[in-house]
Amino acid sequence: MHPFTLSTAKDLDAAAAALARDSGVMLIAGGTDLMGLMKDHVVEPAHLLDINHLPGLNLIEPTSDGGLRIGALTRMSDVAMDMGVRQQAPMISEALLFSASTQLRNMASMGGNLMQRTRCAYFRDVDGTPCNKRSPGSGCSARHGINRNHAIFGWSDACVATHPSDVAVALSALDCVVRVHSRQGVRAIPIGDFYRLPGTTPDKDNILGRGDIIIGLEIPFRREAGRSHYLKVRDRRSYEFALVSVAAGLDLDGRTIRSARLAMGGVAHKPWRLTAAEQALAGVDLDDTARLREAIAHSFTDARPLEQNVFKAELAQRAVFRALQTVGERA
Amino acid sequence: MTDVDRRTFLEVTGVGLAYATVVTALPAAASPAPPATKTTVQLTVNGKMRTITVEDRTTLLDALRNQIGLTGTKKGCDRGECGACTVHIDGRRILSCMTLAVMRAGSSITTIEGIARGAVLHPVQKAFVDHDGFQCGFCTSGQIMSSVALLKEARAGWPSAATENVSAPFSYDQLSAAEIRERLSGNLCRCACYPNIVDAVAVAAREG
Repeated sequence: MHPFTLSTAKDLDAAAAALARDSGVMLIAGGTDLMGLMKDHVVEPAHLLDINHLPGLNLIEPTSDGGLRIGALTRMSDVAMDMGVRQQAPMISEALLFSASTQLRNMASMGGNLMQRTRCAYFRDVDGTPCNKRSPGSGCSARHGINRNHAIFGWSDACVATHPSDVAVALSALDCVVRVHSRQGVRAIPIGDFYRLPGTTPDKDNILGRGDIIIGLEIPFRREAGRSHYLKVRDRRSYEFALVSVAAGLDLDGRTIRSARLAMGGVAHKPWRLTAAEQALAGVDLDDTARLREAIAHSFTDARPLEQNVFKAELAQRAVFRALQTVGERA
Repeated sequence: MTDVDRRTFLEVTGVGLAYATVVTALPAAASPAPPATKTTVQLTVNGKMRTITVEDRTTLLDALRNQIGLTGTKKGCDRGECGACTVHIDGRRILSCMTLAVMRAGSSITTIEGIARGAVLHPVQKAFVDHDGFQCGFCTSGQIMSSVALLKEARAGWPSAATENVSAPFSYDQLSAAEIRERLSGNLCRCACYPNIVDAVAVAAREG
């Protein structure tokens, strides 16, 4: 790694001020993504601010409306094993357990998980290959290159990368809120507004500005969360990023779907909510497979696969179907 | 020529390769690197207090191997992908290549050198020996450190991606071969000793 200096953040305001003042400063918590990016020379911060000792950010607690509040420094393992999370929103626990390995989950923070960068191989290859996300204006090597793992929704000619987080997909299905500290105060950002599509500025993964620090997540109470499942399809059975993944939650009246929540990973630059399918699923009987498939297809009319990932549109719909069936079996 | 031993051969060719790499990879205008900042930190390693002075960019793995001299912990990929560098920090397994030594000041670290009781192997170490849980041995210390933690996690009721129903409590007797494989998936074995590793851990789980 390049030489850098490291100091311990004293409080949130000082950390936010340091971030806003100097673009060479980056925060480090678990470090499981940042260390790899530094070793590969994708990012080379001059100074790291260690936020692990900031108080009050390592917690899981119920909120007054029956939801859950999770601190940004809470480790993935602690959230995955928490009985409240496992019972109130099993899709969140499952999404975490299907991520990385136990060693990495013991290190990685929830805030850092949301901030991890894409696994597009061109982004992490600094040997001169163009990448607009790493080096704005240089071009996109994946647009007509090796793009089997890339997006089928919402991409632009400037970037076809996908977001790698699993838990962000489950959090999107449940309309979680990201709490962000800045010198101006604390903002509550719905996760649907937190991530962005690449457009002409794919170097920005989300809407955070310099000096913004994620302090926590709020998961509102949702009936669909209690009966939910995270399905991850990948090239090997374990310890791999998703080809496609589905977070599915259902509120049922007997076998009839009262309401559905669906989000996908591995298909877009951000967790992809299947809003049209959710609406079409209302009132459908879980055992009516033809109507289930038809409802799911509503969210795929705007799919735009690339040269090498045409299979994803079909795989994704089958994955949603299977996830719904699994949730139905749990009913 | 007949007297050239393996080590000498490796050293000589290694120098040759390093030289060739430097010559061909020299950038047009190499900018001088800024001086590296060093920090003195205290770590408890295998129960013993250690004071080391490291560059801020030094990983815990490099500090353990190069500063403290505990070379049982291995550097495989150095990218958090292979698990060879697995150690325990404050009782939890982590990847020592993906954390900085300066960030771990004051913590308690256990490495492969710290799990036996004198000459008596840890039950997991013994099971690996009994079941041929390794061939070349490079991944073994990581596999064993992961396995020791795995048994503790299962006892504490941690579910895994192989657990059928995460909403129900996980009990230790659910620790099947499929559970062990999933819980060890962060430790790669290039010799593909996986069946014997899983057998070893299953036996240690029963006997431990």
